[in-house]
Amino acid sequence: MATTELLRVEGLRLAVARTELEVVKNVSFSVAPGEIVGIVGESGSGKTLAARSIMALEPPAIRRTAGSIRFEGKDLARLPPGELRRLRGSRIGMVFQEPMTSLNPSMLIGRQLDEGLALHRDIDAKERRALILDMLRRVGIKDPEGALAAYPHQFSGGMRQRIMLASVMLLRPALLIADEPTTALDAVVQRDVLELMVELTREHGTAVLMISHDLSMVARYTDRIIVMCKGEIVEQGNTQDLLRHPRHPYTQKLLAAMPRRLPKRDLSTSVEPIVEVRGLVVEYRGRQGFFRKEPGKRALHGVSLAVRPREVVALVGGSGSGKTTLGRAIAGLLDPAGGEIRFAGRPVRRASESWANYRLNCQMVFQDPYSSLDPRMSIADIVREALRLVPEMAHREKVDRVREILHDVGLDDTFAGRYPHELSGGQRQRVAIARALVRRPAFVIADEPVSALDVTVRAQVLDLFADLQQRHGFSCLFISHDLGVVEQIADRVIVMQDGQIVEEGDRDTIFDQPQNPYTVKLLSAIPALEGTASGGVRLRWRFDDMPHSDVATA
Amino acid sequence: MKFLAPNAVLGGLIIGIIGVCALFGAVWTPFDPLKINFAARLQPPGPVYWLGTDEFGRDVLSRLMAAAATSVWISLLTVTAAVSAGTVIGLLTGYLRGWTDRILMAFNDALLAFPGILLALGLLAVMGANKYGIILALGLAYTPSVARVVRGTVLSLREKEYIDVSRVMGNSEAYTMARHILPNCVAPLTVLATSMFGWVLLAESALSFLGLGVPPPAPTWGNMLASSRSFIVQAVWLGIFPGLCISLTLLGINLLGDALRDKLDPRMRGV
Repeated sequence: MATTELLRVEGLRLAVARTELEVVKNVSFSVAPGEIVGIVGESGSGKTLAARSIMALEPPAIRRTAGSIRFEGKDLARLPPGELRRLRGSRIGMVFQEPMTSLNPSMLIGRQLDEGLALHRDIDAKERRALILDMLRRVGIKDPEGALAAYPHQFSGGMRQRIMLASVMLLRPALLIADEPTTALDAVVQRDVLELMVELTREHGTAVLMISHDLSMVARYTDRIIVMCKGEIVEQGNTQDLLRHPRHPYTQKLLAAMPRRLPKRDLSTSVEPIVEVRGLVVEYRGRQGFFRKEPGKRALHGVSLAVRPREVVALVGGSGSGKTTLGRAIAGLLDPAGGEIRFAGRPVRRASESWANYRLNCQMVFQDPYSSLDPRMSIADIVREALRLVPEMAHREKVDRVREILHDVGLDDTFAGRYPHELSGGQRQRVAIARALVRRPAFVIADEPVSALDVTVRAQVLDLFADLQQRHGFSCLFISHDLGVVEQIADRVIVMQDGQIVEEGDRDTIFDQPQNPYTVKLLSAIPALEGTASGGVRLRWRFDDMPHSDVATA
Repeated sequence: MKFLAPNAVLGGLIIGIIGVCALFGAVWTPFDPLKINFAARLQPPGPVYWLGTDEFGRDVLSRLMAAAATSVWISLLTVTAAVSAGTVIGLLTGYLRGWTDRILMAFNDALLAFPGILLALGLLAVMGANKYGIILALGLAYTPSVARVVRGTVLSLREKEYIDVSRVMGNSEAYTMARHILPNCVAPLTVLATSMFGWVLLAESALSFLGLGVPPPAPTWGNMLASSRSFIVQAVWLGIFPGLCISLTLLGINLLGDALRDKLDPRMRGV
């Protein structure tokens, strides 16, 4: 048995030091040479801790209380620190989540890549340089020579993750641990990087332990999946079997939480749009120094769109496409350089007569539930503040309205007096939604409202949002990079790239017959789901036969 | 889980005792701190004069108590002035940005470039040494660092989404500043104000020592220390007790400041 297994984790238990709190409970799994295994779980499931303890990289506050970790037949727990260090990097490599911080910003790329090689390989500088250049070329860096003398900040997130991957694969480790390797990247870049990772590790026969919260992403690339929940492994098995016939209720819950297309809603299309944007131009000013002015950057090049009453319009695109800028401009947070915004048939401009009315009727839900609530205000105060400027409303009435909307978003009376830090991410986002809706606005802009949430929480919040949208009947501009979510919630989809709308149409048309190559690329990054009889799903990848460029897009 | 670090307890205790002495000293002292009695010149600490007498026969304990009142009062007023002025400047520059920011901050940085004590010295030389001159001079010297801290906090706060939320609600800029930005600046300000109290106390003593503080015969710890110099051999207690008062107060304030920082730092919250 020992010869066929590269890594064997047996009965691993991790606890918070000095307490009885166990964060990883009796976890056992193995990885065969060359195998790609995914660990899936939500935040707090202990997946990252379990993977990090393989490299003895768990945080100091966590200690191992039981279990063994055998790698190539050696028990890592018994290894002296020196030997463990030799193993790190050379036999076990690791790719971290945040490409911004996992490369040292003050070190040249060339020196950073050289570090590991010089430490673990007994070859001279010239050979090392040749190896590094080869690897950089392999991961799709266009100018490898130039990259050696560049600093990390000169590269985009996707490029940085490629460089990170190159630095790890240079040493040809037997096992690669990838902790949420692409979570910080947008869908298209994410796919490019993952394809590259899988290709590279296949070439070198490297086994991969891929940790992620994104079940569909893991399902696409892994042979086997381990599902973790609250520190325990609830289910593990062959990827296809596990998806089609999930046995554990938690796995079923995870699968059920994956966004899927709902039947098309019937909206009368003849009515006048409630919000209309015509030729909107937004420019970011360049630096205005004492002596010189740098040119600004045009973020939106004349964008026009319309949202009809009760309609949910999704605005999708990769990072840098201008979708957030558009949302902020429509919300009045940015002053457009040109074009106009019309609400209910009348143009709105700051300080105009219709502005106050627009302000009351247009609200926004933001992405990050941790920074969108003032930490020094109670939940009830946060929601009630939205009613401060509503004319002719008695205090009593406001209090009642706040309680009512908190009930609507599924928060009972005990929440009113609490403070944001006492709430979970999902609960905070519910508060943010309550705050946006308490005025009964006619139009809501939601900027990535669920992308910071865990999978199952995201499903709940999305359901809640859809339900509230049905009941209150507000129109919505739903900004998202996640096409899965968009497929579930949108009536109409607008695709943006580089500050322009490249494609627009109703949901089914966009998802089934996309015209623009960029839309196709976005769509190929997410699976279409088909439910199976046993409560599982079958994933179908759209446009998989399309040639996928090897050069990064961002 | 409510427990206080031993540091905080010690710091609180020291500051508490000094505070009580200062309060007490303002209304009652064992002897008149200004009364000259040549018969009792340079008495060592004993049963009548607990901490001895100085070269004019004045009771050192009474003078220390009266000085505590003066010093604490000056420090309090100075810190209040510096914190209020600095907060206003910091809020304005951090929130409005643009030319307001550039001009005010250029001025601010120029002030920061002077050592605080030098700036105060210059001002006092012009305005003459008295209690309110000191407060004004030291307040001006310490305002820039408050402005810097507040501006930095505001700059990070204004990127928070709840500031955008407040704008989308239609709240005015002034309301947003008062309701969402100012309360979130309180924690770093409290920590800064605490340690600043210590610095001001030290600076005031230093100014008095240099003869630019509260003019004699009114006692302050600094001018007591200064006048003890000539008697350092015959009457060592004259220098030791005011020196001890200054050191102990600073120690107490630093301990308290550390404890406050741990308590109020948002990164420590919920741990």
